[in-house]
Amino acid sequence: MHASASQAECLSLVIEIGGMPVRVNTADPEFLAMLGERYAGFVSASANPEIEFDVELVPPNFADPDADVSVRQQGGHWSLERGDFYAEWEPARRRGSIRQTANPYSIDAVLRIVHTLVLARQGGFLLHAASAIRNRKAFLFAGVSGAGKTTISRLAPEGATLLTDEISYVRRADDSYTAFGTPFTGELAKVGENVSAPVETLYLLAKGDENRIDPVAPVEATRALLENVLFFAEDEALAQAAFQSACEFAKRIPVRRLTFVPNARVWELIG
Amino acid sequence: MSMLYVARNPRVAARGLDGEMMIMSGRDSTLFTLNKTATILWQNADGTTPLSEIVERRICSEFEVEPAEALQDAETLARELASHEILQISEHPIPRPASAGESH
Repeated sequence: MHASASQAECLSLVIEIGGMPVRVNTADPEFLAMLGERYAGFVSASANPEIEFDVELVPPNFADPDADVSVRQQGGHWSLERGDFYAEWEPARRRGSIRQTANPYSIDAVLRIVHTLVLARQGGFLLHAASAIRNRKAFLFAGVSGAGKTTISRLAPEGATLLTDEISYVRRADDSYTAFGTPFTGELAKVGENVSAPVETLYLLAKGDENRIDPVAPVEATRALLENVLFFAEDEALAQAAFQSACEFAKRIPVRRLTFVPNARVWELIG
Repeated sequence: MSMLYVARNPRVAARGLDGEMMIMSGRDSTLFTLNKTATILWQNADGTTPLSEIVERRICSEFEVEPAEALQDAETLARELASHEILQISEHPIPRPASAGESH
């Protein structure tokens, strides 16, 4: 019989991404060690988590992690479901539960989804973008798969701090935006640094035969931003909030198109 | 000819950006960008002003077009926007909820 965190001795770990501590409780020490390794650099000593999840580990069931995700809310109670996990979360109680097999990918997906839900209400978002800090300013590089997120990350010069090569974390505070490092990796498979900086520019990546920066009209900037925002919830109010957040961001932060050839000189244009 | 009324669908999110209006469908999150005429129509679609009056006061004065031709074009446009559930159209005034989800 597989034990849930509430049935046996409770082991826990706090994973803090984007300044939001999330405590994960489990009864399985091996799973805890796996999480500790997966989120190294993002493990926090915070005693006041904003959310707490009890993880129940179940036997492997050949569930499909590529299945469509379903994220629904009813009466303040969220349910998150994919082939490889089922999770529930009640924001008012700051508590939730996750049922999954002992792998790091399912809980990674749950964390991404929960962060998108929290950020959407605060004017922030997770973005399909690489990001890095240079000269104490954060630069985002957005694009779909193949647009060059991994390449631009790999070409980052010494002195640039990589926040992520895949999923950028953007939080709003008044009229400014801050980018945080994330453990969410892409092809580079390199966990970002757990640091943050004010967002200076969002670049829309395009591969070309020269290094060039071009202006982007506000409507195009907003459309491109929305195309790259991670959003899973089947919830009209939250979708409208995400839309307004993207419009606000595009209004306040310069959005440019960065055409580049794959060599390090492109970074001479940045920062 | 019957009177036509148009109202913004409260289930969409809208935002004016640099003179253009961007709309996101509440049904499936599809994005639409309205041209200048469609933006005027959207902004004045209060559910109580007849479409003919919007055309006469807001569109004809802006674009110097014949009222009959402008009204026909506006009706076509309104029906197209309604097909995407961006606008509601009716032969009677349309009661509206307080919020339309619009921001500038």
